[in-house]
Amino acid sequence: MLGNMTLMEYLSGGRAVAGHRPWPRYVLDERGWLDLIQQLTVCDWTLLGLWADGNEVNAALRDEENAAIAVVSLGCQDRRFPSLAEVRPAAARLERSIRDLFGLIPEGLADSRPWLDHGRWPLSTPLAIVRGVPPMGPVVYPFLPVEGESLHQIAVGPVHAGVIEPGHFRFTCAGETVVRLEERLGYTHKGVESHMAGKTLAEAARLAGRISGDSTVAYAIAFARAAEAATGTEAPPRAHWMRALMAELERLANHILDFGAICNDAAFSFMLAQCTVLREQILAANALCFGHRLLMDKVIPGGVCVDVTREGTVTLRGLVKELRKRTRRLGNLYDDMPSLQDRTVGTGILHAALAHRFGAGGVVGRAASQAGDARKVPGYPPYDDLDFEVPVHPEGDVNARIWQRLDEIQVSLGLVEQILERMPGGPLHKPIPTRGGEGMALVEGFRGDILMWLRLSEVGRVVRCHPRDPSWFQWPLLEAAIEGNIVADFPLCNKSFNCSYSGVDL
Amino acid sequence: MSLARLLFRELLRGPRTIDGPLADPLGIEQLGIALGERVRERLGRSLRIREVDAGSCNGCELEIQAVNGPVYDLERFGIQFVASPRHADVLLVTGPVSINMSEALLRTYVATPSPKWVVAMGDCAVDGGCFAGSYAVLGGVHHALPVDLTIPGCPPTPEKLLSGLLALLDVAAEGGPAAIR
Repeated sequence: MLGNMTLMEYLSGGRAVAGHRPWPRYVLDERGWLDLIQQLTVCDWTLLGLWADGNEVNAALRDEENAAIAVVSLGCQDRRFPSLAEVRPAAARLERSIRDLFGLIPEGLADSRPWLDHGRWPLSTPLAIVRGVPPMGPVVYPFLPVEGESLHQIAVGPVHAGVIEPGHFRFTCAGETVVRLEERLGYTHKGVESHMAGKTLAEAARLAGRISGDSTVAYAIAFARAAEAATGTEAPPRAHWMRALMAELERLANHILDFGAICNDAAFSFMLAQCTVLREQILAANALCFGHRLLMDKVIPGGVCVDVTREGTVTLRGLVKELRKRTRRLGNLYDDMPSLQDRTVGTGILHAALAHRFGAGGVVGRAASQAGDARKVPGYPPYDDLDFEVPVHPEGDVNARIWQRLDEIQVSLGLVEQILERMPGGPLHKPIPTRGGEGMALVEGFRGDILMWLRLSEVGRVVRCHPRDPSWFQWPLLEAAIEGNIVADFPLCNKSFNCSYSGVDL
Repeated sequence: MSLARLLFRELLRGPRTIDGPLADPLGIEQLGIALGERVRERLGRSLRIREVDAGSCNGCELEIQAVNGPVYDLERFGIQFVASPRHADVLLVTGPVSINMSEALLRTYVATPSPKWVVAMGDCAVDGGCFAGSYAVLGGVHHALPVDLTIPGCPPTPEKLLSGLLALLDVAAEGGPAAIR
């Protein structure tokens, strides 16, 4: 039956799995999964994640009307499952990864090419219950065919000209204009999901903090919250506030550097120099107050392992004041530079409808009218207790993504001030009981919402952990945003998206 | 605020670059002087570095960017990051060497003219770090290339990175690549 109903109404007849927190998980049979695909054609339910676990595939969905979240699972018959990519195109690369890692075949997926597996590992389907035989040799990757008069291709990467992560971009151009961009990633695949299995919570938390080093705090919070959900633990209040403090400092450091780096890609190096100085002030304050410049390993399951001292509070208050003054000044400078805006306004437009279709979050989504922010919906402490707005820009171009960052910088500065002002006392950490369970978390990193799904064994070790970076739903949109722009504007588009490579290559 | 006013303000304020000499023997400015002299001796005032991310989490790259910025200002010592391995004297490799990047890393090495040095930066590049043992990584740069210097840390701080490059110059001054710790 098709009709406009809520996600929870739709799933209410299904079989719920006990011990999945904080959102329910329902097991569907193949017929139920096919029905769900039909239902997805009429309902505004966003795909939050899609991952496999042994012989099972799981999809996390969010009902956009009432913000309800649920996970649905399908046990695969004959190692096959019906593909969601037709109704949720964001699923395509996730399904290709599931095929590469688990050997489960997404039926109906048009793209039969591998994604993470380049044919170089000493084995195939590394996460399948029965691992596959070693491959015959490196895959010759067939890029999508492009036909037309006077087209030429430009191949870039995996080693890029700058100090950035590796990936391959294949441009097809007519003169200066990009007709098609195709991305090929997977170069930084480290086998994170396989490596997580069997680890203790402490070991796995360390790994989670290194899935994408620029988002180490957000990933560590996501992992900790998933572990706390799985074991039914609640971190002490002060730990929540400390986590938010570090998360906002991380957001500030990244947004400020990105702002400078985008301007630098339009040859305005002055802005990058200024922003690098500001970023350095944040990292130096991090090292002084918390003992690590990037704040790695400071968030742990059960709480945090650092506190902010009275002197630290004074340092951070001074930092916020200075950053507010100087980022506003730099924002005004940007506003005052028509020659710079000539490059950014109207460049790399991401249409709101497409952003919505892919469930894109973060700066990329919000600069194209998508108001999603995991700090608000589903929300988690202490943000429900903090006063802040989520800015949104409708234009979807490079300029909008710059202003989005500038606005979010001001919001985060306000949050840091509130947190320092109102942080409650009490313990920083609560021990995690040794027990099994399944937990999920959604945490807002500087790129957008990070999903973390975790299953623990009875002895408290990781059985399966799936981290879903926000960039999964942003990378494909970059291919769309660059279309019809000139090659020389690609760095601007790419930097203004600033998707993670390590986070999606896993 | 107009660009002219901002530039004027910066001009009056003076450089943001940390200057010394600092008490710490590994202090940036002291390091810089030593680095500068040795670079001049060996390579005529210039050392060119090509960075290769061989599966890093991006943490090391952030600190390399910091070293390139005005505060640490690597270029004042005659050291510069370049876009092509063909212009490089040094390959600075980060990450545990993901198998999917191993061929690209090797090709970058082959494209670098001799004499050349390889620096493994960060715990992952040294021995695989927390990714050691995974099916998808070689577990350290030494499994792919001859390594002349390791700079441990997760990620190494900008000071450590500068101090590591000084050690590299010691090796270079002795006349050729040699593995040191």
